[in-house]
Amino acid sequence: MKYLAEFSDPELAKRLVDQIHATVTRPWAMMEVCGGQTHTIVRHGIDQLLPDGVEMIHGPGCPVCVTPLEIIDKALEIASQPGVIFCSFGDMLRVPGSGRDLFRIKSEGGDVRVVYSPLDALNLARENPDKQVVFFGIGFETTAPPNAMTVYQAKKLGIENFSLLVSHVRVPPAIEAIMQSPNCRVQAFLAAGHVCSVMGVEEYPELTEKYKVPIVVTGFEPLDILAGILRTVIQLENGEHTLENAYRRAVRDEGNPAAKAMLADVFESTDRAWRGIGMIPQSGWRLSERYREYDAEYRFQVRDIKTLESTVCRSGEVLQGHIKPHECEAFGTLCTPRNPLGATMVSSEGACAAYYLYRRLQTPAASSATSAENKEVSSVG
Amino acid sequence: MAEQVMLPDPAMPDPPSFDGWTCPLPLRDHPTVVMGHGGGGQMSAELIEHLFVPAFSNPLLAGLTDSAVVTLGGAHLAFSTDSFVVQPLFFPGGSIGDLAVNGTVNDLAMSGAQPAYLSCGFILEEGVELSVVGRIAKDLGTAAELAGVIVATGDTKVVDTGHGDGVYINTAGIGLVRDGVDIRPQRAAAGDVVIISGMIGVHGIAIMSVREGISFGTEVVSDCAPLNGLVAAMLDTTPDLHVLRDPTRGGVATSLNEIAKAAGVGIELTERNLPIPETVANACSFLGLDPLYVANEGKLLAIVARDQADELLATMRAHPLGADAAVIGECVPDHPGMVVTKTAFGATRVVDTPIGEQLPRIC
Repeated sequence: MKYLAEFSDPELAKRLVDQIHATVTRPWAMMEVCGGQTHTIVRHGIDQLLPDGVEMIHGPGCPVCVTPLEIIDKALEIASQPGVIFCSFGDMLRVPGSGRDLFRIKSEGGDVRVVYSPLDALNLARENPDKQVVFFGIGFETTAPPNAMTVYQAKKLGIENFSLLVSHVRVPPAIEAIMQSPNCRVQAFLAAGHVCSVMGVEEYPELTEKYKVPIVVTGFEPLDILAGILRTVIQLENGEHTLENAYRRAVRDEGNPAAKAMLADVFESTDRAWRGIGMIPQSGWRLSERYREYDAEYRFQVRDIKTLESTVCRSGEVLQGHIKPHECEAFGTLCTPRNPLGATMVSSEGACAAYYLYRRLQTPAASSATSAENKEVSSVG
Repeated sequence: MAEQVMLPDPAMPDPPSFDGWTCPLPLRDHPTVVMGHGGGGQMSAELIEHLFVPAFSNPLLAGLTDSAVVTLGGAHLAFSTDSFVVQPLFFPGGSIGDLAVNGTVNDLAMSGAQPAYLSCGFILEEGVELSVVGRIAKDLGTAAELAGVIVATGDTKVVDTGHGDGVYINTAGIGLVRDGVDIRPQRAAAGDVVIISGMIGVHGIAIMSVREGISFGTEVVSDCAPLNGLVAAMLDTTPDLHVLRDPTRGGVATSLNEIAKAAGVGIELTERNLPIPETVANACSFLGLDPLYVANEGKLLAIVARDQADELLATMRAHPLGADAAVIGECVPDHPGMVVTKTAFGATRVVDTPIGEQLPRIC
């Protein structure tokens, strides 16, 4: 992999930080949309380097965090059925549904497997014609094209024992929902670079104009993030609100036409529930009518899902930037990565988990979390 | 002039609402064993502390170290056991046979012992080719010879097809601890220096690359090796070593957290000083993993008084298995029981114990 070290260079980072300090004259609040960006910011302590008053609000761009509980419960139901091989990316295994997770299903005899590509799941279907192979297709525009390609291939090759449990979501409707929220404090967005590498940037100028917010397409390495922040504060200080692409090595204005064509063929827009935000119209994708037979929800007819939910978790407000993770009363005490109340504490990309793991020294509520955890009721005690 | 009438915009949705939104109940109860119980993190620790330790209740177990040091007939003996369930059985840089020797040899060496004798128990699955078992046995014998230990006793069991993963191995070992050597995690003290013997994360990525069929440009070869020779050289120079630990499951982060908690000290790492090969850094970046949590099989962490660190480092670097040794941090009086790292940009973050296994991130 190229550029890993180059885009983490401390000297260049310091110069960017200095430029940000020299530019900023007043407080600003900006949102990094993607969970991967949140991870980079907290892991490298980038937010600690910014001027006082420049606030990073962590957005709803963690696909694990925003996957609705109902879909996770459906996944658990399907994965526990005999004759099913249930395939997923790694970090979905730990997300609790209503009292269980995929690890638990696996321990009870379910055939749950971590894969690194949906095509691995398709190969499993080919190798196991007597089994039903299901892939858990979650994520934003970034993970949707390979999932679409896999369903396309399944149909083309006539592999009928493969299906996709779909919970895809899209970034622009989420930005719109955040801006329409009555308590919205977001003044600018760092858009998710990998999403734009697929979709391009054409959906964003309309949003910058409609809501008068700068949107800067930003990458994921530390220098990418700092460059995105710098471009954003320059716009804010100048009273501008345009779309900028600060991730040109990966994002073309038109995106990836082949991927977009595949998405248009295999998926269709649908209303989608987001954990922490609720239903956002036309914010997700489902398999289109022509590929409906590959939709696991239809194939398995999963019904009567009754979700059981916590009443103290405030991750919805965290996801929209209304509060910081450590401002939730449950943070670090009732709610830890070991016993997550909400998905933002489950996923390694979740804002709460990131704060808990990397920022406990600065968050009073969590500084006692270690001792609090020691007092927790153990699952084996 | 007629007043302009504002028509409602039917396309504009209602603002999103939190009404009725909640999120999952915590997972407090696991009535069955899950994979996380074997990941070397918090769940493993809970299983041991809450289930096994009370059942075996004795003071020797209290330290929860990789090997126990006992006095028998006037001799100080280190005693350890380890089980090996790795897949694949053969990987770049070694096999389950190599691991079975080096794992136990290294656990003994981390007590400052010179390993002498091993036991070896094979659990074979019906249907495994004898040629495979033969290769593993040959590797095990060669590794024992290299480490200078004798496989003095053994056992073999066969289980039905589907009840094992080809080959499981358990080894136990004993070794003599030098007089005057007292190596325990509790001896870490504020002001001590933390040293790693070489590049981290290599074994875990080597296994993953083969298991998952992922290529990272160049082949990553496991660092599986016996560390007793390196430890002997270190003790010749620095008999007063405070702590030794081989950061296997759970990686450097987990080992340092265990030490910090046992000694009641804080540990502060300097991220820029961590020796991480480019291939490991790339693989971890690609998979969303942190090299600090990736397993090693031929590396050790040493904690030593500051005034002895330079001499110890020179000794380690003079040994083939310590050529890339580096000071990576120090023990501090602040934040006892907690490990933090200074990032390359001068910020600070907590390096926690993982809950279960580290999982690849979705994006």
